[in-house]
Amino acid sequence: MKLNMEKLKIRKGIEAHNFKLGILFTLPWILGLVIFYVYPLISSIYYSFTSYSILNSGHFVGLQNYKDLFHDALFLKSVKNTLYFTALSVPINIILGIIIALLLNNALKFIGFFRTVFFIPTLVPVVATATVWKWILNSNYGLMNSILSKFGISPIPWLASTKWSKISLVMIAAWGIGQAIVVNLGGLQDISSEYYEAADIDGANVFQKTFKITIPLLSPVIFYNVIMGMIGAFQYFTLPYTLTGGEGTPNNSLTFYVMYLYNNAFGYLKMGYASAMAWILFVIILVLTVVIFKTSKKWVHYQ
Amino acid sequence: MPQIKTKKIISNTIIYIILTVLGFFFLLPFFWMLSTSLKTDQQLFVFPQVWIPNPIQWSNYAGAVTTIPFFRYMLNTFFVAFMDVLGTVIACPLVAYGLSRIEWKGREILFFLTISVMMIPQEVTMIPQFIMFSKAGLVGTYVPLFIASFFGGRPFMIFLLRQFFVGLPKDLEDAARIDGASEFRIYRSVILPLVVPGILTVGLFRFMNSWNDFLGPLLYLNNESTYTLSIGLQMFTTQYQTEWAMLMAASLLVALPVIVMYFFVQKRFIQGITFTGIKG
Repeated sequence: MKLNMEKLKIRKGIEAHNFKLGILFTLPWILGLVIFYVYPLISSIYYSFTSYSILNSGHFVGLQNYKDLFHDALFLKSVKNTLYFTALSVPINIILGIIIALLLNNALKFIGFFRTVFFIPTLVPVVATATVWKWILNSNYGLMNSILSKFGISPIPWLASTKWSKISLVMIAAWGIGQAIVVNLGGLQDISSEYYEAADIDGANVFQKTFKITIPLLSPVIFYNVIMGMIGAFQYFTLPYTLTGGEGTPNNSLTFYVMYLYNNAFGYLKMGYASAMAWILFVIILVLTVVIFKTSKKWVHYQ
Repeated sequence: MPQIKTKKIISNTIIYIILTVLGFFFLLPFFWMLSTSLKTDQQLFVFPQVWIPNPIQWSNYAGAVTTIPFFRYMLNTFFVAFMDVLGTVIACPLVAYGLSRIEWKGREILFFLTISVMMIPQEVTMIPQFIMFSKAGLVGTYVPLFIASFFGGRPFMIFLLRQFFVGLPKDLEDAARIDGASEFRIYRSVILPLVVPGILTVGLFRFMNSWNDFLGPLLYLNNESTYTLSIGLQMFTTQYQTEWAMLMAASLLVALPVIVMYFFVQKRFIQGITFTGIKG
């Protein structure tokens, strides 16, 4: 009995000691969590119910910011633009990313060179990306229209027209899918060769192997790419901002959600209003993530 | 047998053709940047465009680095990136160690919080953080761009490092513990040397992120002499709207250091991305 008590006491002592150590090692992050996340999160909720700007502390307005947003034509337009871009860009990038990864997953000569080729665009600073594409897509002197003219296609106004501006952006986004390709390649290399050997014995052809083995077994990775791609698309900022100098031209067709948020917060200093926008964005992303997670049980297979 | 071999040759040829065509489109903007950066103004505004400039206008590069204080901006960018990496490689391994190798009450909660904040869009915390830094009188300085790193404020990097720590055998530190070494000593002399590859990967990630960051400098740097390259280039665009050749030259120069770095540490970089994507 006495021995047990002693043991308990020692264990308690170790626990207390470990607790102290644990806190000590993670202390920077505990502080960081409070300073850079918890406090901003709470104050952001508060700001979203006020007319705060950095110049004046504003006052409590209740749900007014949220109500105003739904009557703000430009806000609604920015939501529409962002949804349109996401719906077009994410599937295209996912499919293209899978196709290129499948092609790169062959033990061929120079394959290392090709892998680098597809990855390099992701290393280019976005500002440089915006600059070069703006020049390539220039309506009058751009390379794209030069090439198209060789095939007898008349010039397309790309970034200068509301009809083509978002398509242009989808194209530029597809240029930067290197990360998804790398993740896909990692997933492909994790698939055991036994599956293919068994399929060979059964006489399966390339397409059967791709759609019955590769794609289902790659589905956890595809799932990851869908989530990351969607979150990224909703937060699209730097490219449309630098392409249009923050204006969203032409005719606000490139005013994306976060761009409008940024302009509200730091252009018009409507920080309460912008905080409300940030929270709506958070909820949208959260809901979509949950929906994708729920459906994932139907199409994501684990080895 | 020969039939199978012919089939293989045909399929490989098809793969090469598709990859070459696609690869061409991915490389095209680089060739075009290079080509444009060496053209005179008269050669720029022709339709259809030509690929090889004649004559070659090397002076665009000199123009690119003198029209804006290019090297000054490069130094600024490097300073911010260096501080960010420094903070990250000091704080994040410590935290990751505390979240994996020490068993303590509260560890699971802290880990759960770490994962949770990774989901929060930057936009939500951006405004209150700006107000905070503004009240502290730090807007216009570099501090807001890297200070969070010293507090482990890169949860993704903590997560990545934790994966490295968890993978190490459990009894590794027992011998040292029996010898009476302090926990910090165990951390520094036993565990840390084993995760150097992980720390390098994390450092590299942060360097690239910081080098290419646009929103941070846009928010916090308001004096032209303190600009980083990404903001400096932006200034170029508005001020010299039509100077395409110089802009292309400057853009190439901004992209170059990161691309060169990639070729040196390619393997580590790819490993880091795969690691977070697959095992994460």
